[in-house]
Amino acid sequence: MVSFLFKRLMQSVIVMFTVALIAFSMFRFVGDPINNMVGQDTSEQERIELRERLGLNDPVPIQFGNFILNAVQGDFGRSYKYQVPVSDLIFARMPATLELAFVSAILALAIGIPMGVYTALKRNGILSKFIMTLSLVGVSLPPFLIGILLILVFGVIFRWLPTFGRGDVIEFTTWSTGFLTASGLKSLILPSITLALFQMTLIMRLVRAEMLEVLRTDFVKFARARGLPDRLVNFKHALKNTLVPVITITGLQLGSLIAFAIITESVFQWPGMGLLFIQAIADVDIPIMAAYLVLIAFFFVLINMIVDVLYYAVDPRLRSDDE
Amino acid sequence: MKLRHGLMAAAAAAAIALAAPVAKAETFKYAFQGNLSSLDPQSLNETFLLVTLTNIYEGLVLYDDNLGVVPGLAESWETVEPTKWKFNLRKGVKFHNGNDFTAQDVVFTWKRALTEGSDQKVRASKIKNIEIVDDYTVIIETPAPNPILTADLVYIMIMDKEWAEANNAMEATSASADNTSNFANLNANGTGPFKVVDHKADIKTTFERNEAYWQDIPSNVTKVEFTPIKEAATRVAALISGELDLVYPIPVQDWKRLDEAKGVKALAGPEARTIFLGMDQGRDELLYSNIKGKNPFKDIRVRQAFAHALNLDAIKKKVMRGAATPSGLMVAPQINGHVPELNTPYAYDPAKSKALLAEAGYPDGFEVTMDCPNNRYVNDEKICQAAVSMLAKVGVKVNLLAQPKSKYFGKVLATGGFDTSFYLLGWTPGTMDSENVLSSLLSCQNKETKTGLFNLGNYCNAKVDELTVKVGSETDQAKRNAMIKEAFQIVKDEVGYLPLHQQPLSWGVSDRVMVNQRADNGLDFRYVLVN
Repeated sequence: MVSFLFKRLMQSVIVMFTVALIAFSMFRFVGDPINNMVGQDTSEQERIELRERLGLNDPVPIQFGNFILNAVQGDFGRSYKYQVPVSDLIFARMPATLELAFVSAILALAIGIPMGVYTALKRNGILSKFIMTLSLVGVSLPPFLIGILLILVFGVIFRWLPTFGRGDVIEFTTWSTGFLTASGLKSLILPSITLALFQMTLIMRLVRAEMLEVLRTDFVKFARARGLPDRLVNFKHALKNTLVPVITITGLQLGSLIAFAIITESVFQWPGMGLLFIQAIADVDIPIMAAYLVLIAFFFVLINMIVDVLYYAVDPRLRSDDE
Repeated sequence: MKLRHGLMAAAAAAAIALAAPVAKAETFKYAFQGNLSSLDPQSLNETFLLVTLTNIYEGLVLYDDNLGVVPGLAESWETVEPTKWKFNLRKGVKFHNGNDFTAQDVVFTWKRALTEGSDQKVRASKIKNIEIVDDYTVIIETPAPNPILTADLVYIMIMDKEWAEANNAMEATSASADNTSNFANLNANGTGPFKVVDHKADIKTTFERNEAYWQDIPSNVTKVEFTPIKEAATRVAALISGELDLVYPIPVQDWKRLDEAKGVKALAGPEARTIFLGMDQGRDELLYSNIKGKNPFKDIRVRQAFAHALNLDAIKKKVMRGAATPSGLMVAPQINGHVPELNTPYAYDPAKSKALLAEAGYPDGFEVTMDCPNNRYVNDEKICQAAVSMLAKVGVKVNLLAQPKSKYFGKVLATGGFDTSFYLLGWTPGTMDSENVLSSLLSCQNKETKTGLFNLGNYCNAKVDELTVKVGSETDQAKRNAMIKEAFQIVKDEVGYLPLHQQPLSWGVSDRVMVNQRADNGLDFRYVLVN
């Protein structure tokens, strides 16, 4: 068990290092940050001095080395644009993204699973066909467009819901939440639907396929033969066996929800990490970009590790290999 | 000068007294595409940041609604010697924290603007020394006679010395990691009509009316909320849905939509920014062309051919939806020194263009690469595409390299070694005076005198240089404007640049508010009225 964990940990470190290296080498192609940091009247001399002060003139390996050294200590440097520590910026934005991702995940599960079950059971029903067609829309329309459409319908035409932002938030020491105010909750609706739609359809289709598979198996047939009521067969026997892969996928998708939030956040001007990242790209704010990418990689690695450990706990075969 | 200002102030006060309604709580909400990255007026030399901060901080002089210079924290001023200006400071002005404004603060601010992290060194270095005569009188000494000193003083915004000392904000906020004095980066304490009550960079900034402000202003707004919204579609939606009172900029193609929607309208006006094309006339061989061993742009006939190949009206109609003002000059009409009779663009005449190219030895044209930003100016990439197709009609094959501004500027500016042969650029003189254009764009590149550093193609004429130097120190306005005109005439005759147009300002406003759309795209809360 310990050696397994250790192996996984080493792999994670290598993954993180690789991400950091790739991210860092990409930044050389984003452009020169200096021109975003000074006005048009700033002289060339001052621009050169600024480059020097920021360490942009050091050879890339040295820049990367410094970056890794500091990052390990949790120091991602100072944002070029805001001139405050990047870690402060990211932690200030993290609640917004995590709350959005959390609500979206709940939505995706709470709507995706029942719809998947329903379409599997009533394969030829009119409603099932309608849901299946609709789900195609969810998979194929880009979130950007869905967001804009939702804004247009519910924000501009009906004026029921706010078109942008997070509404009023209540600040705790390190966490700002939109869950406790009416405007905060209203602001959550459109972005969370936008973000959840893709995952929702994915989960629905997954549940449906798994259900269809399980419903054909012998033990379900046997359960029916035993004369168990449909409800019990469908939900107790079939659905339970379907959920194993669903839980795995959902866990992994949580990472993508956080990462995919970039698009939703920029459409709704949602003040989360993704928006910070998008703006950092436009401003060539290298410290923010680097920190964000490393952080997202960290989320994925962490979730993957938890899933792996869960497998280890759930699947006895893995344990017997160890001996 | 003193008398005139006194009269103007009296007239303005009377006008306000008549116009100003009784104030009740009015909130004004607006959004801009970019964010307010700092509250430190010396951190970044960017128009949006500076103009927004003039609502909190003030200079010795202020811009009025039409970019005219009016008294601010200085009541009046006079030139005692050509290089010495005496400023009489306004008495009884208090900073938002209650401290008195005195001459000490003026000197402190100037010195702070010269610290390492400051992006206002350009302006601050136009002052050689500030001498304190008494608490409310200073004498500002300039290195050379400077007729437009006041224009530079607008954005040297006065900070409170005691406040800065108490909060360790003695130096300008800098991006370098070892500078920890960033209190002023996130907090503000000025003398202006509004104070910051809450600031979360790139999320929301809330301003409240400064009840103790030293003068009456037209605005009846008591609270202002600013949100940056990056996506144009989201901005427009937020305006139409009634959540915001003003959003800018809005895409030119959305004007019709705003006009059709109820309760909102598009507000368009000419910006003081001139968009132009520049050509490399300095190198002996172009960096990006199929012509080797010589530089076609050194031949005036080629430059003329380019000028006559461009159809500015078509760009206005097709690319800018009728919203641009074609220009024959490198400065907009709002800029001091603009010459109306020189503002007629070069005539569109493809036949003449072809003939000129043939005469210059390029009957079949040539190839050249054009650098163009794609997210800096209004429809910048589309303008470049239009120019490419117009030049193709006269036989010049232009390869377009359109890139995001951070890549583009990194390549073409001085720090990138002026790595371009043909480019599109836009320019607003920060001082609203032609001298800035003459010294930055029209003078020969010269690192010693720091002139021509944005003259990316190194257009160079000794006479223009000579005139520029004289314009910089001539205090007689009539003589000065005559020299500016002479310089512009030379540049125009030599086709040193290819001016295209002044781009439009494009704001969307709700019918419940009245705002003043300033030609530098700035929003001054002093002129915002909410019904």
